[in-house]
Amino acid sequence: MYSQKVIEHFRNPKNRGRIKNPDGVGKVGNIICGDVMWLYIKVAKNENGEEIIGEIKFETFGCAAAIATSSMVTELAKNKTLKQALSINRQDVVNSLDNLPPVKIHCSVLAADALAEAIYQYWSKKKKPIPKKLLLRHQRVEKEKELIEKKYSGWFEKRAT
Amino acid sequence: MLPFFSEKFGNPASLYQVGREANMALDSARNTIAGLLKINSGKIVFTGSATESNNLALKGVALANKEKGNHLIVSAIEHDCVLSSAAWLEQQGFKVTYLPVDKFGLVNSEDLVKALTKETILVSIMHANNEIGTIEPIKEIGALCRRRGVFFHTDAAQTFGKIPIDIAGMNIDMLTASSHKIYGPKGAALLYLSDSVKIEPIIHGGGQEFGLRSSTVNVPAIVGFAKAAEISFQKMVNEGKRLTLLRNKLINGVLNRIPGSYLNGHPKKRLPNNVNFRFDFVEGESIVLRLDALGVAASTGSACSSPKLTPSHVLVALGLNHGQAHGSLRLTLGRWSTKEKVDYLLKVLPGVIEDLREISPFKS
Repeated sequence: MYSQKVIEHFRNPKNRGRIKNPDGVGKVGNIICGDVMWLYIKVAKNENGEEIIGEIKFETFGCAAAIATSSMVTELAKNKTLKQALSINRQDVVNSLDNLPPVKIHCSVLAADALAEAIYQYWSKKKKPIPKKLLLRHQRVEKEKELIEKKYSGWFEKRAT
Repeated sequence: MLPFFSEKFGNPASLYQVGREANMALDSARNTIAGLLKINSGKIVFTGSATESNNLALKGVALANKEKGNHLIVSAIEHDCVLSSAAWLEQQGFKVTYLPVDKFGLVNSEDLVKALTKETILVSIMHANNEIGTIEPIKEIGALCRRRGVFFHTDAAQTFGKIPIDIAGMNIDMLTASSHKIYGPKGAALLYLSDSVKIEPIIHGGGQEFGLRSSTVNVPAIVGFAKAAEISFQKMVNEGKRLTLLRNKLINGVLNRIPGSYLNGHPKKRLPNNVNFRFDFVEGESIVLRLDALGVAASTGSACSSPKLTPSHVLVALGLNHGQAHGSLRLTLGRWSTKEKVDYLLKVLPGVIEDLREISPFKS
C-alpha cells in the first residue's frame, strides 16, 4: 500500500517538532479525513541576500501518509528561497515519496497547503504584498481550518499557540 | 480436510464413488456442527462467508415474507454486510429500523419493543460486535421476538466457538457462523435455520444446500470448518478463561500506563479475545503501522484507514466524536496469544503513543 519511502519518513520523520518564536506558522486541517498539520518556519538570508527557509519543523495529527508528507515537504522546502518554497506543490511531494495510494493524495495537498500558509503568515506579518493566488489559497485554508476547529473544539483550546 | 483437495476430489452432487464420499463428508460436517450447537431440528446451510449468510438471512426472509410485513429491525453497529443488505432492502421498498446503542455498544430491549410493529418480519442483532467486542443481550431479544412472532437472526461470527450459544434457550431462529474466525479455512460459513423460518434463496441454480444456496459445495473448506469448530468447542471453556485473564491484563495495563487512554466497548460484557482502545491526540493508522514495525498486528476504526475516509460506524454509534474515533486501536487475542506477548505489547505501546503525541500538534 505505502512505498518504502513513505514508511521511512513515517517511522523516522525529519524536522519533527516545533520552533519557538517562528516567523510563520501554517495551521491546516483536512475537512474530509480530519488530519491536522502545523508547520513552522524561521526565515534566514542566503549569500545573495534572498530570504530563505532557514529552519522548518512540523507537528501533525494524522495517518502515516500525513506524517510522511509533512516530513517530506519540510525536507523539500529547507534552505529554498521563499519563492521556490511556494512553488512546491502536492505533485512534488507525491513524487518525492515515490507515490501515494490514491485515497491518500489529499495528505500531500495538506502538506503543500501548510507550507504555503506558513509563508503567507510570514509575509502578512511583515506587511509584504501577497500574491493573489496565495491570498485565495489562504482564504480556503482558513475556511477549512474553522470547520476542523469545530470538530476538535476541546483540543484546540488546550493548545493555543 | 486435505484429502478432499486431492484423492477425495469428488463433487458431492455426483453419483459416483468419490462423489458419494464427498457427500458423506459433507453430511458428517453438518452433523458435527449440529451436534456442537445441540440442534436436532432445523437445518444448517453451508455458505461461502458470513457475509453471504447474513445476506441470505436478511434478503431471503424479507423476500419470502412480504405478505406478512415489510419491516426489519437491525442494530446500528451490525457488520457492514448486514447494514448494506438492510440498505438494499430499503431500496426495494422495505422499511428498516436501526436500533441505537448506548455508550458501551449495548442494544436496549425497550428500544426494540418500541420499534416492533405489526409489519415487522425480522430482527437481526449480532451476538457480539466485531470491533468493540460488546456482547448483546440476545437472550432477552430472542424472547421478545418469539413472543411477538418475529423471526430472530443473530450474526454469531464473533462468538461461535468462543462463548456459549444456546439456540433453543435464546430463541434463535437463524444464526450466522464463520470458519476462518475459529482458525478454519477461509471460504466456509453457515446459516442455521429453524424449521419455522420461511426463506427464499438469493442464489439460484442446481439446488444444493436444500435449494437455498445453489453452487458446487466447497467440501474441503467445510470439512475443515467442522474440524475447527470441534476443536474450538472442546477448548472453549479453558480458552475463554485464559483469554479473559489476558484481556483484562491488557486493558488494565494500557489504561494504567498510558494517560489519555480509554476502553471502547463494555468492560465486562465483552468477548474474551477483544480489546479496543482510543487514545487522545493520535491517529489510529499511525499507531497500527508503528506497532506493525514492532511485530504487532492490530487494526483501527480511524477515518484514515477507511477507503471512504469516514470513521467506523460502530465508534460513531457509541457517541464518539471524530477525534476520539480517529485514535482507536483494536487488538485481538487468540489461541497463540501468551502472557509474554501481552507483556511485550504493554512494554512497547506506551512509547508508540508517546512518540506520536510528540509529533501531534495537540497535547494534554
